[in-house]
Amino acid sequence: MIEYVENKEIIARRIARFFASGDVVNLGIGLPTMVGNFVPEGVTVILQSENGMMGLGPAPEKGKEDPMLVNAGGMPVSILPGGCFFDSAMSFGIIRGGHVDYTVLGVLEVDQDGNLANYKIPGKMVPGMGGAMDLVAGSKKVIAATTHLEKSGSSKLKHRCSLPLTAAHEVDIVVTDVGYFTVKDGKFRLEEYFAPYTPEWIVEHTGADVVVAPGCKEFK
Amino acid sequence: MIQKPIISAAEAAAKIKPGDVVHVGGFLGCGSPDAIIAAIVSAGVDGLTLVCNDTGIYNEAKGVSNGPAPLVQAKAFKTMIVSHIGTNPETQRQMNSGESEVVLVPQGTLAERIRAAGNGLGGVLTPTGVGTEVEEGKRKLTLKGKDYLLEEALSGDVAIIKAKKADKAGNLVYAKTARNFNPLMATACGTVIVEAEEIVEVGAIDPDQVHTPSIFVDFIVQAE
Repeated sequence: MIEYVENKEIIARRIARFFASGDVVNLGIGLPTMVGNFVPEGVTVILQSENGMMGLGPAPEKGKEDPMLVNAGGMPVSILPGGCFFDSAMSFGIIRGGHVDYTVLGVLEVDQDGNLANYKIPGKMVPGMGGAMDLVAGSKKVIAATTHLEKSGSSKLKHRCSLPLTAAHEVDIVVTDVGYFTVKDGKFRLEEYFAPYTPEWIVEHTGADVVVAPGCKEFK
Repeated sequence: MIQKPIISAAEAAAKIKPGDVVHVGGFLGCGSPDAIIAAIVSAGVDGLTLVCNDTGIYNEAKGVSNGPAPLVQAKAFKTMIVSHIGTNPETQRQMNSGESEVVLVPQGTLAERIRAAGNGLGGVLTPTGVGTEVEEGKRKLTLKGKDYLLEEALSGDVAIIKAKKADKAGNLVYAKTARNFNPLMATACGTVIVEAEEIVEVGAIDPDQVHTPSIFVDFIVQAE
């Protein structure tokens, strides 16, 4: 009997392993931001922030914040040597123009056709899409990062999204805290599973069609 | 070089008339023309249409009200055209009660619509929003097998923007991530008012370092 326990760190840790040196990466607010902490040693990625910079560095020490230097969530950050600033048109030119290798975003719902909903719950929560629609439409690879189950126990991976979409058919990879999936031929394809979960448990606890990839293995 | 009038924030606010479309620079309060925003609140202008990345951050408990938030609290806007309202609960309240209309625009589309207005383009074709609610009521075109939405240019009556440095002719330099929408809005509005942290003599800014050419700027306000 496997009991599901939420684990955001494993999600961030696995996503960070996709990157190669030189990749341009945009990390969304919240869980996706954690990915930056787990980029393996020897891999240098260039973090882009849609409010107008690349070469995003860590948060400054307390007292050393610069109000003119923030990330897309309005939080103080730093800039690494070689980084630069630009206006919003250039920023989204970089994004829409296919110059971002990976964008990592949070999820309200993601479905087996690669549809993503993450900006609106009608009548309840309408924060707006910000830069998410452009990021999902324009980046080379879209990674959806999410816990596998809601607090209520229902699956975040769906047959079909019921909420308004951020983008249609754009999600390439979904990483949850039980495994990593690609989106292929209208199904989630389990590529790796995270112990203690097994492929059988994952298929049973996902509210969508899942096929286990022939080379599916445990992530270590 | 022709010098631009240096005016007070109150004089800047007086150039905004009820019903105007006002572009406000800044991103969650970073790079916002705060003195001019405060002066418009004091002047009590209303019925405005806001064009901005967001409606600012408003958090009563923490005493934070930045970007256009003071104007939202003052109910200055009948329409807000923005990409994000999640950090200002008052915007959501006005939207839900029907006091104000909120038009959510993807951030990159917003930037590009403003850029188009300032660059003599009727609009742009973007893949952003295809297959979502954003495409409703818009023309869709297929070019080389890919779908695009026709997004129209978005001009304004007045732009209020923020710069780190202005020379007296109106050449501007922005600081770090405070640049954001400011240089785009400077090209897209009938009247452009810059709030500058520092005002310097003509010639004091290296021409290679100018972000916004002087010809776009009409008035200069000294930031507080």
